[in-house]
Amino acid sequence: MNLSKIFIQLASGMGVSIYIFVITLLFSLPLGLLVAFARMSKNFVISGIAKIYISIMRGTPLMLQLMFVYFGPYYIFGIKVTNGYRLIAALIGFVINYAAYFAEIYRSGIQSMPKGQFEAAQLLGYSKFQTYRVIIIPQVIKQIIPSVANEVITLVKDTSLAFTISVAEMFSTAKALASSQTSMVPFLAAALFYYVFNFIVAELMNLLEKKMNYYK
Amino acid sequence: MALLEMKNIQKSFDGMGVLKGISVSVDKGEILSIIGRSGSGKSTLLRCATGLEKVDFGEIYYDGKAMVKISGDGVEYAPKQELKKIASCYGLVFQNFNLFPHMSVLQNIMDAPVRVQKRNKEEVKAQAMELLKKMGLEDRADAYPYQLSGGQSQRIAIARALALNPEILFFDEPTSALDPELTGEVLKVIKSLADLHIAMVIVTHEMSFAHDISDKVIFMENGVIAEQGTPEEVFSSDNERMKTFLGRYQGAV
Repeated sequence: MNLSKIFIQLASGMGVSIYIFVITLLFSLPLGLLVAFARMSKNFVISGIAKIYISIMRGTPLMLQLMFVYFGPYYIFGIKVTNGYRLIAALIGFVINYAAYFAEIYRSGIQSMPKGQFEAAQLLGYSKFQTYRVIIIPQVIKQIIPSVANEVITLVKDTSLAFTISVAEMFSTAKALASSQTSMVPFLAAALFYYVFNFIVAELMNLLEKKMNYYK
Repeated sequence: MALLEMKNIQKSFDGMGVLKGISVSVDKGEILSIIGRSGSGKSTLLRCATGLEKVDFGEIYYDGKAMVKISGDGVEYAPKQELKKIASCYGLVFQNFNLFPHMSVLQNIMDAPVRVQKRNKEEVKAQAMELLKKMGLEDRADAYPYQLSGGQSQRIAIARALALNPEILFFDEPTSALDPELTGEVLKVIKSLADLHIAMVIVTHEMSFAHDISDKVIFMENGVIAEQGTPEEVFSSDNERMKTFLGRYQGAV
């Protein structure tokens, strides 16, 4: 098997990795905001639940969480899952895990906003919802971009954990190729793919940061 | 009927009485200055009047509509919708401006009238430009707050409050965050508002300004009104505390 074949196979695995990456961000970023508001809720039942949720998500390995989501339905509820559930389980696992991290980033961002911004908005007649949507969140986004970028870059590498529940993403593909070819090359190629993927992501985040620099 | 009527307002923080029964009334178009030492409760009074703080006791009416009334041993605030309606008749200018840093000057002024009051965008823009002209800042419409000096920021904050067409405008030490050079330009602008005939309540340490602009002056001390009347009456008062207070500003009047 020559190098170009290895690359083609890896590229199809990479498609799955990118898919996991995009879907995870698409859902965990908004979900994280909801969790952040739940965490800051004055209702202690809601904030308590959010606190426990965040604590579990951050306190246990993502790998275990993926296994839990994948095997849980069968071992706990006796539901037979199909093969197609692998990818869905991986997506659910990533989304709920990353939402917890994003929630804490949002919360720190929101809580660092000066009180005067909320007061000015209140005096100008903005509703609570408008205050967050128009005044607070846009400023929070600028502030949290570096922390979010960190998580996003970690996520690129974390997609490889889907391998533990046999999702055919790039790392699984590389490992299968490596053992069938008895060669290190697939791993090296995979490393290169991850690096390039992350390089692009990091550049995009930089670009976003620059774009938000129109004000201080 | 007075535009603003505050009766027997009481407020304490952690058991410390800050307002101990204050009554104030402001008529349409009237200009009231509140002077007094730091910590005498002036700013808290404004924060209560604008709903940023809830009073412990007392009544507040705007145009005869109750924002808060006494009910039993405590107070009862009007329902949310009603409060919103009442709030549309007043505005507040903060000591530290609180402009929205991510919006341009024009957006800062236009957003609330368009989004909250649902007014026509073109009409609001025309008004905003008019206000900027009045503030002497028509060339700064597209600037962002970080590009403005403190005095410019405060003038934009005043324009932002005026764009909502309030009947009464509160100023919470509008020049305290500014150096003396910039203080003058802001005071000049506030003076120029007198012919807009909106009522103004100004908490300030600028004695000569308070003297010149006000219809009525209140001197607060330890959470009560120690002296009130026309500027002439208050500034020539025989009240000992008033005299010592003014002594510190000797030369300013």
